[in-house]
Amino acid sequence: MNDSHYCPHTPEEIQEMLSAIGVASVEELFAPIPAELRATTFNIPPGMSEFETFSRMQEIAGENSQGMTHFIGGGFYDHIIPSVVDHLANRSEFYTAYTPYQPECSQGTLQALFEYQTAICRLTGLDVSNASLYDGGTACAEAAMMALRVTGRNKIVLDCCVSPFSRQVLKTYLFNLDVEIIEIAPLNGLLDRSALAAVLDDSVAAVLIQNPNFFGSIEDFSALAEQVHGVGALLIGSVYPISLGILKSPGEIGIDIAVGDGQSLGNPLSFGGPSFGFIAAKKTFIRNMPGRIVGETVDRNGTRGYVLTLQAREQHIKRHKATSNICSNQGLCALRGLIFLSSVGKEGLADLAGLNRDKAEYAKAALSEISGVTLLQAAVTFNEFTLVLPKNAAAVVAGLLELGIAAGVPLGQYYAGLENCLVVTVTEKRTKKEIDLFAKELEVALCN
Amino acid sequence: MQLIYEQSTPGRRGVKLPKTDVPAASALPESLLRKERAGLAEVSELDLVRHFTNLSRRNFSVDTNFYPLGSCTMKYNAKVLENAAALFAPFHPMTALLPGGEEFCQGTLGMLYDLGQLLADITGMDEVTTQPLAGAHGEMTGIMLVAAYHAAKGNKAKKKYVVVPDSSHGTNPASAAIAGYEIITVPTAPYGDMDLELFKKAMSDEVAAVMMTCPNTLGLFNPHIKEISDIAHSFDALMYYDGANLNAIMGKVKPGDIGFDVIHVNLHKTFGTPHGGGGPGSGPVGVKKALIPFLPQPRIVMDSAGKLLLETANPGTIGRTANFFGNFGVMAKAYAYIIMLGREGLIQVSEQAVLNANYIKEKLKGHYDLPYDMTCMHEVVFSASKQLEHGVHAIDIAKFLIDRGYHPPTVYFPMIVKEAIMIEPTETESKATMDAFIEVMIEAAQTAESNPQALHDAPLTMPISRLDETKAAREQNVCCAW
Repeated sequence: MNDSHYCPHTPEEIQEMLSAIGVASVEELFAPIPAELRATTFNIPPGMSEFETFSRMQEIAGENSQGMTHFIGGGFYDHIIPSVVDHLANRSEFYTAYTPYQPECSQGTLQALFEYQTAICRLTGLDVSNASLYDGGTACAEAAMMALRVTGRNKIVLDCCVSPFSRQVLKTYLFNLDVEIIEIAPLNGLLDRSALAAVLDDSVAAVLIQNPNFFGSIEDFSALAEQVHGVGALLIGSVYPISLGILKSPGEIGIDIAVGDGQSLGNPLSFGGPSFGFIAAKKTFIRNMPGRIVGETVDRNGTRGYVLTLQAREQHIKRHKATSNICSNQGLCALRGLIFLSSVGKEGLADLAGLNRDKAEYAKAALSEISGVTLLQAAVTFNEFTLVLPKNAAAVVAGLLELGIAAGVPLGQYYAGLENCLVVTVTEKRTKKEIDLFAKELEVALCN
Repeated sequence: MQLIYEQSTPGRRGVKLPKTDVPAASALPESLLRKERAGLAEVSELDLVRHFTNLSRRNFSVDTNFYPLGSCTMKYNAKVLENAAALFAPFHPMTALLPGGEEFCQGTLGMLYDLGQLLADITGMDEVTTQPLAGAHGEMTGIMLVAAYHAAKGNKAKKKYVVVPDSSHGTNPASAAIAGYEIITVPTAPYGDMDLELFKKAMSDEVAAVMMTCPNTLGLFNPHIKEISDIAHSFDALMYYDGANLNAIMGKVKPGDIGFDVIHVNLHKTFGTPHGGGGPGSGPVGVKKALIPFLPQPRIVMDSAGKLLLETANPGTIGRTANFFGNFGVMAKAYAYIIMLGREGLIQVSEQAVLNANYIKEKLKGHYDLPYDMTCMHEVVFSASKQLEHGVHAIDIAKFLIDRGYHPPTVYFPMIVKEAIMIEPTETESKATMDAFIEVMIEAAQTAESNPQALHDAPLTMPISRLDETKAAREQNVCCAW
């Protein structure tokens, strides 16, 4: 049967085309495939209409628990998304275009990416940004590889307060390269600075920290930056973009390469993706940046325009000597990030960050008041903090899930010895009522 | 057009935030705060909407223009796929990673598992990981699996090289380099595929893998592919399939049947998910049984009762290649695409993609040099060498097409064809659209002879003319000044 809504030819048109080509059947066009190599099975079920397809997808979505209240983060955060983000990013002139190789007919994508790069530079207080990477974890890995190239050294020091997922991704990326990775175990949910000092020498290419870290703690890394630069190494900071509404920017800290996950900037949770990774750096490192970069220039008439630039770094020109193997970016997700940031705006992002902190502080007080519950660390936090429960956190979390509360990320599976610890995330979307209910249910769970 | 930042007015906002229902927190220490607010745009909602709507109108896209960009498979993106993906927006990936959390995510984990099964059948593989976030990311993951396979056999030190044809995508050697391999490049023979004799000479016990695209970037199916894979296997080298060109062969031939051991699939090419102006893509990786022990974690497995679980502690794994389960939203679209088209629909996709490419090939080969004149698969590569005699380059023809409302084909790739013009019409284009495109291509060829300057001047109808790329690279102005 000829299904003509996506493959539009009528049987007559197919005949005309076959005659033009000079073959009798479509099958003849597959003659270059030796007969003995042809597929003998193809067990895909029969197709269906778009209406049946959508119903099936609804059924699948319905098999997940609905209406979970999220006090979990771990790199992805349940934030508001202004309506304009969906409406504008869903313009198909954006989403059905390709990488802007032909700038004259791609100025929409190119200017948007230039504006995105600008937003990331201003957010991070750094000079240059690329047009986005895959996600926060791969951005950490790309930043580490960038530092290896810049310094010509082969050692990376990892603060284990960095997300365990990002660290795992980084280790996977670097596994086959001749790179030594030194991991610094956390000290009460903070960077163990003396352990770091003990390994920091002029063989280190970069130190990777996260702020706020996986435990939720915020630290001032300004002195660390000086210390790292003192041995000629780079400081890479993984940051949470919403927090940069109020927190000291990577540029102000002295971070050389800032990375992070852009999901919280207008991208839905969507079971883990797509989001985007961002990377920004000091200008001197621009030729070592991975991925697409958009630059401003002029046309033949002197009119301002935008192009993909410094492409000699990239795989389609440099092949195995490229700065990265990355080919795509997460253009549409980065566009969502730009629209989000432009909608919320300069003052709004600070307000949003403040709102997150207000809610988290309220929850922190309410939860740590529960008998037997304490805070892991006295450090200041943004919208995440770590509780120490009087019992195994994994069991508590499993119990609360049954009540529709995703209570937090138990740390036992990521940090030996922290089995009773729970990282709780509270975004601006959580209401006082939800927080109070969570506190009540946690108290009950701990009594059982 | 003004930048959004040039339209800013201090104090203006594009959205009203929710009111707080809790007391204000005490202030953070000064030493942790930024000195100045981040210089984001300050615009009203309407100004924001106009800005991005007007920006979008400065793009060619599949929905507005024929976009025969070779190697990219710019097919129509069915609208129901967008609606389907939106259904999954609220689901937090961490839920599945919580203790006992899989129970609450059976729908999403099940869909990923089913998608893996469908892709495994389409490609002839035994298992698929959906974690890789794009094609190149899949390649890197695939070659890391190869490296883990050799290391497990005690051959890590011995296996030093990855062999690629000179027509390969740049990502192939770049991905192999990240996995620690050196590259051996084999030239293309006059018959349009990797030179078999030179390939034999390149092979040794030190080769870890051979990376191939089949059909290759010339759009040609390599008739020696089985022989190549047999030779590779005789040296314990694994065969890697770059799935960029899978749109040509669905239901016709399965890479797993012809000797490939590992494959990545570009969901954004073959399975109808939009390209997003450069991403997000999605690059699931399929493997044969021997490579399953090394797959990335967390791996989605099904227990005997049909329940989906996450395997997170496999000692052989290469680890995590991304933070969660891959670009789920993209995979939801690809899954919906596959179940909607079904068996017959997917076969029809490949048949009409191949039909369309051959039709364009026949219609244009009298006007443009066709360096490899044989039945092609889903794409065809011409050369502008005839036009070059008049001083006209492939890029000039590309710019002329823009003036006529067509997104240009891929130009200057593959690098082995001088002045390459690589056309991939895809199955979703009508005969009428292709006939009109063919007319304009012929007109371009005629103009190259009669008035080459007109091609050098193009495009004239866009908001901007050709840009000074040297200036962009020299000045490195990649961020709007404060």
